[in-house]
Amino acid sequence: MDAELMEIRQHMSQFPPFDALCDELLDEVAGRIEVSYFKAGSDILLLNADAHELCYIRSGAVEVYRRQGDLYNRLGEGDIFGHFNLLRDHKVRFPARAIEDTLIYFIPDAVFQKLCEEDEHLADFVELERPRLETIAEEQMQSNDMMVTRIRRLLSRAPVTVSVDISVQDAARQMSEDQASAVLVTRACEQQDAPRCFRNDQGQMRQICGIMTNSDFRTRIVAQGLSAQTPVGEVVSPTLITVQSDVSIYEAMLTMLRNNVHHMPVLYRQRPMGIVHLSDIIRYETHSGLYLVSNIFSRLSVEGLARLVPDGRAAFLRMVQEGANSQMVGSALSTIGRSFTRRLLELAEDALGPPPVPYAFMVNGSMARNEQSIVTDQDNALVLDDAFDPDHHDAYFQRLAAFVSDGLDACGYTYCKGDIMATNARWRQPLRVWKEYFRGWMSDPTPETLLHSSIFFDLDSAYGEAALVDQLKDMIAEQAPNSPRFLAAMARNALNRTPPLGFFRTFVMENDGKNNKSINLKRRGTAPMVDVIRVHALACGSKAQNTFERLDDIHKAQLLASGVSDKLRYAFEFLCMSRLRHQAIDIEKDRAPDNNIEPENVESSERHTLKDAFHVLSNAQKFLKFRYPVPSSHGERR
Amino acid sequence: MLDIRPRQKVTRADWAAYMNDRAASARNPTIRQFFDTPLPAPDTPIAEVPMVALDMETTGLDERRHAIVSLGVVPFTLSRIAPARRRYWVVKPSRPLFATSIAHHHITHSEIAGAPDFDAVIDELLPMIAGRVVVVHFRNIERPFLDAAVRVRRGEGVMFPMIDTMSLEARRYRQSLWARFRRWLGRPPVSIRLNASRARYGLPAYQGHHALLDALATAELLQAQIANHYHPATPLSALWC
Repeated sequence: MDAELMEIRQHMSQFPPFDALCDELLDEVAGRIEVSYFKAGSDILLLNADAHELCYIRSGAVEVYRRQGDLYNRLGEGDIFGHFNLLRDHKVRFPARAIEDTLIYFIPDAVFQKLCEEDEHLADFVELERPRLETIAEEQMQSNDMMVTRIRRLLSRAPVTVSVDISVQDAARQMSEDQASAVLVTRACEQQDAPRCFRNDQGQMRQICGIMTNSDFRTRIVAQGLSAQTPVGEVVSPTLITVQSDVSIYEAMLTMLRNNVHHMPVLYRQRPMGIVHLSDIIRYETHSGLYLVSNIFSRLSVEGLARLVPDGRAAFLRMVQEGANSQMVGSALSTIGRSFTRRLLELAEDALGPPPVPYAFMVNGSMARNEQSIVTDQDNALVLDDAFDPDHHDAYFQRLAAFVSDGLDACGYTYCKGDIMATNARWRQPLRVWKEYFRGWMSDPTPETLLHSSIFFDLDSAYGEAALVDQLKDMIAEQAPNSPRFLAAMARNALNRTPPLGFFRTFVMENDGKNNKSINLKRRGTAPMVDVIRVHALACGSKAQNTFERLDDIHKAQLLASGVSDKLRYAFEFLCMSRLRHQAIDIEKDRAPDNNIEPENVESSERHTLKDAFHVLSNAQKFLKFRYPVPSSHGERR
Repeated sequence: MLDIRPRQKVTRADWAAYMNDRAASARNPTIRQFFDTPLPAPDTPIAEVPMVALDMETTGLDERRHAIVSLGVVPFTLSRIAPARRRYWVVKPSRPLFATSIAHHHITHSEIAGAPDFDAVIDELLPMIAGRVVVVHFRNIERPFLDAAVRVRRGEGVMFPMIDTMSLEARRYRQSLWARFRRWLGRPPVSIRLNASRARYGLPAYQGHHALLDALATAELLQAQIANHYHPATPLSALWC
């Protein structure tokens, strides 16, 4: 191209998608544009007119509308529009009007088609949301090795096994011989389909009873003064945490952290393939989150725990900077949060004595979903055994709850504004009362009552008798799919918070055309997305709590059209990552991290992807309204 | 504010008659061809007029002492400017190039050394602008320089109607009642230079002086002026001079 039209080329080269074009194609585009001026208020593209050009805003501002006249987007210098018209049937489906005096560069269709053919990046850019979100979410995923490498890579040999009836002395001898720090205890087994049953190398059916580690010999045998001739079967712990050999190293690590174990058998289906030790993972990839968690469990006081808060922030920052995806960060932070909770409960029990009746310390909201961010409050409750007698026992649990709640607050998990805490007597109840609560919410739902209780539909046990919480999970999974009025009420609540349309210059653009200075990405993005997905998960009887795992269940249940759950997954991942990245920026700049993002900190490529994600969310909300209508018996309520 | 009547006298009321006269008397074939190509009728709505924006860089302001250095043209209509069909010529000036004007135009001695004489440009330029209304910003440079440069080389000059975006700007910002009131108050006059005029219509500022870029800038300015102060049906005669 002649040097003299550098002005046009120069300008286009600064804005996506043209910024990534090769020189040759950029020359061609810049050399073939046509220019036109539009006074503020004048139409640029009229509905149903023939569309044969892509439009590029050289200066000014443009609004694009949907067919019905709703605002679709507001665009400024360097933005493009009109590509949907060209990708479809060459009729204007999205009319456009100048809202300021505007200079438009028109790119002929032939050039546009050529660009789409020859430049993959540009083709991705102009296609409707999914491909762009998909590409970016996948890029984020692949950038972290721990996420993709499977745990079986860390197994160096088959596990050492001993029979349940040999003495602990013989077992110890065997371990020394094999230089193993842990051994699997097995017994003969008749039924092939019994749990943890497998056929060993000799072709015998064996069942795994448990694992004995070096420290078990110390704590379970020597410290207890047991004889060296005690059969292993008498001392081995029946609880056994295992993972499948194809989970990622990362997932395996989290399982170990979450359960506070250092050795973990790795299974292929039922068959043990090896035992992984925490140090294997540390050797594989030094990860600060690990040290933090083991530190948490060695603290002896609330003050000591509170001193670990900066380490938590540092670990978070490092993960985001190293390109972890939102699932990694979310579960790592949740694991840290759960560890704080567990340790506080241990300290509370040390101070208050053992609990009078069994209990489960239930966590709700983001911690239950394993999706915590660095900005989070505490949502918890106590599910007590039905033997609970308020007159005799509640004083204990009240103090226990207060100890944990105050401790969490000291560790940066601020008190819940909605009072969803075990300190609230209403949320410190025996299982039967909890069952009544849930039954009431599901069988006699109103959007108002559910507004404050929907947080309980993300639930998990952080400490104590997990079975108490599991019973509630089972009950929900059974009853929710058959409660159309409940689903309708949940769906209605899931529409309370809507995403914005996108960004315009340094503003957030709302659907009514108003501009805001910043946006709460949790309130306007991740939280409504979680709400939408929760409704679908409840509808298909999923017991999963994590939003991604819920999406897996929704996908398996074929509740949504094919591809929709993937779209939601990519959009959710991107929204979460944006939120985490902006929190990391806040920490880096020494500001208190929050859920707000300011448009001036949003790079242009992130803007486009965020807009796509908002669009996916908005469509998902519209679908929800239609999928879970209020049943006609609505009028009978009460 | 539609259709403000020019206060200043239109130099040639009947351009068609003038063009016919010149076609009949022209000796040079290129010039005869130029005048033979009919212009749009004076009552043609501006929206239907084919136009061409023209800008030139010169070594100074006096056509008798200074020379054309470069020339850019961009065809356009009220709805579309077509930079793809632009033309640009660097000309070897018949008079010496001064260092000061080099700094101004960014055209160097070596560029000029390889450039043709203006004579070669005439045969390409005139067919390109024939039948179109030429649009310039400040016709008192373009019109006399072009006329003089052609006259020197072909023995007869060229004159034709032009739309002058600067004078359209002056009609509104120098000669209107409001402008005279402002002047009476002692306020400085509004600038009607190309970039200052463009800024009033929200048009971006272009860097530097380049004949082709200024031609493009002029075309954009005219579109903006018509969109803001006139109607697409405004007859050509109300705008040209």
